[in-house]
Amino acid sequence: MADEQKSSLDAVDEGPIGSDASEATEHVSTGDPSEHPSVAALMERYSPEVQRHQLTAGDQWVVWISPEKSHEILTWLKDDPDHDYDMMSDVTGVDYGGGRPVEVVYQMFSTAHSRALRLRFPLPLDAMEIDSVCDLWKSADWLEREVFDLFGVTFRGHPDLRRILMPDDYAEGHPLRKDFPLRGRFSRAEQTRRALAQDVERFYLAENLEAGEPQEVDAAEVGTMADSGAEALPVPAEAGEDD
Amino acid sequence: MATKTVEFNVGQSREMGLGGAGTPSPIAPFDIPEPELGTEQMLINIGPQHPATHGVLRLVCELDGETVTSVTPHIGYLHSSFEKLGEYRTWNQIVPLTDRMDYLAPLIYNCAYVMSVEKLMGIEVTERCKVVRVILMELDRIFGHLLWLGTTAIDVGAFTPFLYSFQQREKIYGLHESLTGARITTSATRVGGMMADLPEGWLDQLLDFLDNFPKTLGEVHHLLTGNQIHIGRTQGVGAISAAEAINYGFTGPNLRAAGVPYDVRKDRPYYDYETYDFDVPVGEHGDCYDRYLCRMEEMEQSVSIIRQAMARLPDGPINVEDPNISLPSKTDAMSDMESMIHHFKLITEGIPAPEGDCYMAIEASKGELGMYVVAEEGGTKPVRWRVRPPSFVNLSVIPKLAEGHLVSDLIMINASLDIVLGEIDR
Repeated sequence: MADEQKSSLDAVDEGPIGSDASEATEHVSTGDPSEHPSVAALMERYSPEVQRHQLTAGDQWVVWISPEKSHEILTWLKDDPDHDYDMMSDVTGVDYGGGRPVEVVYQMFSTAHSRALRLRFPLPLDAMEIDSVCDLWKSADWLEREVFDLFGVTFRGHPDLRRILMPDDYAEGHPLRKDFPLRGRFSRAEQTRRALAQDVERFYLAENLEAGEPQEVDAAEVGTMADSGAEALPVPAEAGEDD
Repeated sequence: MATKTVEFNVGQSREMGLGGAGTPSPIAPFDIPEPELGTEQMLINIGPQHPATHGVLRLVCELDGETVTSVTPHIGYLHSSFEKLGEYRTWNQIVPLTDRMDYLAPLIYNCAYVMSVEKLMGIEVTERCKVVRVILMELDRIFGHLLWLGTTAIDVGAFTPFLYSFQQREKIYGLHESLTGARITTSATRVGGMMADLPEGWLDQLLDFLDNFPKTLGEVHHLLTGNQIHIGRTQGVGAISAAEAINYGFTGPNLRAAGVPYDVRKDRPYYDYETYDFDVPVGEHGDCYDRYLCRMEEMEQSVSIIRQAMARLPDGPINVEDPNISLPSKTDAMSDMESMIHHFKLITEGIPAPEGDCYMAIEASKGELGMYVVAEEGGTKPVRWRVRPPSFVNLSVIPKLAEGHLVSDLIMINASLDIVLGEIDR
């Protein structure tokens, strides 16, 4: 019986319980797109790319779009005076687990029209790449880095795509993916072993490390100071044991 | 008679002798040839443990002399994976995680989170709950701004405003404590209402604070607003234009200081903010001084909003009357069979949500705080809970703001952005 006993933390390690039921449900569009000018225009102009739209939480519009033309669509939404989404409030990701696509979510707001729009781009797990929008909105810089860090989505054309919240050398993967256990992929023993095996010197530049080494005083330099009339500094003799 | 300006800075004046200011200079120093100085860039590291970074922030600066040529912020030292933890918790269990993010204005985070969940579930909270939350959010706006005021004043060398503002913060701590039992980790809200209604005498305590606080604010105005040292350190430092501020994702007082009148309370109103009479202070130059002025004015506006909310605070229940959302009273749960079952179901299972997602943006003390929740049909836990932290995006602008300024200005710019690392790293 003893070997069948499970720690209560095992359930935590197994990850959140995904519901298999919703996998089979067919998603349908809701809401009348003519209420939101940008949704209507998107459906007309990019009808092959737009997958579906939804009116959620009362008054919020969401449009699902396939990711191939994401940059072109977002450029148009930003630059077209009828839409003019000048604020990129948020870029984030959603992973439903169970092999379903990871979605990249853009929250946009137009200060001119006082209108909000949410776009979701589903990325299949074997092609986790989408164009960066850093060139359009500078605010996307760190937000995209965070999605890269926590979900493993690569943003093509991002100027500085590296981890932001997790350490640069984090080896356990991308924590917000559903297949990532809550307490990390490595056991506590492995995490400790890796932490202790770290080479701390690699966090510093070579020249910074030199500063910590004992320095020799250049006798010639001290000589010039004495010539200029300043009081000559005493040349340090052998360092005392007490120092 | 010819006069000569005396410079007291020995290091900079070549005429000054080594004896110090006022000593007749010997002729000799003029003949010293220029030493061959290195021209390479210097790399210095500020933080992660440094009082002027206002948290566990590390700034790697490349310097040309004393001028900053580039800054690379490194964050993540406080990362606690709150968003991941949230996926393992029921809707109400997440509330304690929220106030640990912005521990300088915890009630705003408590309210913002439950507002997003309520919007997703289509729950309409009671009128009394709305007004109470408005009071709490405005109170914590003052709470957050006061910490910014004190610590920023210290960064420019003024110590007294720090003491004044922390004295007032202590009063708000007292209000937190009598409302929730905790000073920082308040966890005051629940889906569909509040943990508890306002305790007896709380409004009098609040009124007492409101009566005394503007006096202190006036004293700080007197100390800082016309202060030459403060003006010299802040005016023209870290300026940004309106269009750039929008593009870089600035929100809150930082954006308004650049001249953009974007305030979530006005542009996307929630909780009847459109019916309150208040002004949105807007700056002109987008520099540190304008950010200071905007926040100072915002505190006064918040006092006015709290007074208006207190005047209209209605009686009635604070929680929604739906047994599937709100817990029954303890007496009912112990004596009434049906209430006990509801209590049991709510605690063990949680509140089922409809399928969908909801992004709720509110005006926090630091800027636009977005709470994004994604749920599956009948899910009692979120599939994804995302916080759009305002100071995360505000901090990402610092390389642009600090470029070309002195290191001491970098400290001022960092202080003026009003960041909190608990929220940036989450």
